[in-house]
Amino acid sequence: MSNNPFPLPKEKLLEAYTKMKTIREFEERLHIEFAKGDIPGFVHLYAGEEASGTGIMMHLEDKDRIASTHRGHGHCIAKGVEVEGMMAEIYGKVTGSCRGKGGSMHIADLSKGMMGANGILGAGAPLICGAALASKYRGDGGVGITFFGDGASNQGTVLESMNLAAIWNLPVIFVVENNGYAESTSIDYALAVDSYIDRAAGFGIPGVTVDGTDFFAVYEAAGEIIKRAREGGGPAFLECKMVRFFGHFEGDAQTYRAKGENEENRANKDCLKIFRSKVTKAGVISDAELNKIDDQVLARIEASVQKAKKDPLPTAKDLLTDVYVSY
Amino acid sequence: MARNLSMKDAINEALDLEMRRDPTVIVMGEDIAGGAGGQGEEDAWGGVLGVTKGLIGKYGAKRVMDTPLSESAYIGAAIGAAACGLRPVAELMFLDFMGVCFDQIFNQAAKFKYMFGGKAETPVVIRGMVGGGFRAAAQHSQMLTPIFTHIPGLKVVCPSNAYDAKGLLIQSIRDNDPVIFCEHKNLYASMADVPAEAYTIPFGEAAIPREGKSATIVAYGMMVHRALEAAETLAKEKIDVEVIDLRTLSPIDIDTVVESVEKTGRLVAVDEANPRCSIASDVIASVTEHAFKAMKAAPKAITAPHTPVPFTPALEDLYIPSASQIAEAVRKQMK
Repeated sequence: MSNNPFPLPKEKLLEAYTKMKTIREFEERLHIEFAKGDIPGFVHLYAGEEASGTGIMMHLEDKDRIASTHRGHGHCIAKGVEVEGMMAEIYGKVTGSCRGKGGSMHIADLSKGMMGANGILGAGAPLICGAALASKYRGDGGVGITFFGDGASNQGTVLESMNLAAIWNLPVIFVVENNGYAESTSIDYALAVDSYIDRAAGFGIPGVTVDGTDFFAVYEAAGEIIKRAREGGGPAFLECKMVRFFGHFEGDAQTYRAKGENEENRANKDCLKIFRSKVTKAGVISDAELNKIDDQVLARIEASVQKAKKDPLPTAKDLLTDVYVSY
Repeated sequence: MARNLSMKDAINEALDLEMRRDPTVIVMGEDIAGGAGGQGEEDAWGGVLGVTKGLIGKYGAKRVMDTPLSESAYIGAAIGAAACGLRPVAELMFLDFMGVCFDQIFNQAAKFKYMFGGKAETPVVIRGMVGGGFRAAAQHSQMLTPIFTHIPGLKVVCPSNAYDAKGLLIQSIRDNDPVIFCEHKNLYASMADVPAEAYTIPFGEAAIPREGKSATIVAYGMMVHRALEAAETLAKEKIDVEVIDLRTLSPIDIDTVVESVEKTGRLVAVDEANPRCSIASDVIASVTEHAFKAMKAAPKAITAPHTPVPFTPALEDLYIPSASQIAEAVRKQMK
């Protein structure tokens, strides 16, 4: 299409929208199902943040690795982990991506380069340095992306890893998904510097801040620094400023938020609405085409929930397996 | 062909042979080459006590990586690289430093396989010095083996001599699970006959450096030598003691201990670690469960006291279990 003003061809735009919509509907549905009491444990939802993970992951291949966070469903879906296995995992079923042993906070698929959601904040940063080191050692051109929130950005592991990646010139992208809250604590309280770019500069790492609700802003900024890292230019820092539609965890009353904040976010900072508006106004994709994707995504999520509910639970013999390769 | 080699040189040789055999083996740690980025000798230290001396000359800085003093970052990087197909051997210098990077070891490396439903392997070795007697005080002398042994997903190795150190380290590098390799700093200079070629010692197989009929002493690391010394003393008193060297603590070869106690009827478990939840208390619990009827006397643990490791030689020598304490425990059981 000659009049496409975007940096991706139409089929890639449709793919990106499908990923974002899948994440959104996965999370919206979990919000409902969790409230029913059918889902064990903790669930942290990524709704509202889809443009960040998707904008970055559209540049990645299976050889590229990501380390995710406790809020990892979106990263998994964007990196290509199967929704059906994820849903079954969250329901604790043996058909889950981790055979029911990991749950929401530990979904991983190393074959897709997804090195795990992580229940320990900031823990992915050293791990992704190792993944990037392995890629650099083999010379396979792979990059590592470590995601963390504005809360975990203050972890020593993240700061140490920025120094290590810089001195070893590792192909690592440090991505802070800044949704403004470390659980309930505002970034204005917890971050000593005014800008993450200043902090990155202190480690000799170039940084860029983007509007994380704008898929295209994320995509373009990520593309540049990922290309640079692939070519041996070393680590970079990316701040995606974004909003979290739900609480820290499901069940969070969110009384720390300003009155009307969630409604304002849904109305004006919804990355899916923004994406839709841009591509339809440009005449590249029609509302009807996007609506069709919406229907397909909703049907897939519905089927994954129904399947997860019916799938078998692990049994006693599964308790003791998978601890060691051999023992 | 066997040569008389120190445990330090045996460890160096194990690393050398495995790096030569397998290009995915890399080593990293603080000062493991020493002198990185300086004006002087590149291989200035070869590790703080010279254990990795010479490796950078053979394999280069790409495979022998000096790290910043940043244990969380580089131990985590070793673990991440292991999950992505390398076989890193990361040196933690003193295993007491686990305190600053323990999350990467026990929440990440140890749990990947299980949390991810079996679909991950993390063949990392984390090696470092353990144990007292070096006058290195409370933060550089601990025997933290029970803490690592407690964690499912980790394997824990603690050799008592140069021959075992080489074979167990080669096994650790070839093993597909995360291994904590504990090197007793006061054994680095101890000598043994060590074959020049590569060989492995399987995990979970204890050694019996001395056979006997009257009592069983179980130990590992430096305490094996204290146990053997006690056995010599007791032999002069016509008490015939069997000494078992556990060699690996996870997995642990409890069968060999049970068989021995079924024969001798007496058990003294020696541990340089602190007493609560120790390897000694673990061995006594397991053997009591399995061989209670064979026991002719109450089992006895000889451990360090429930204190930090003291600095002054006057106190540290009292802290570390001695041959005379071990011998006395056996004598009491014989009464």
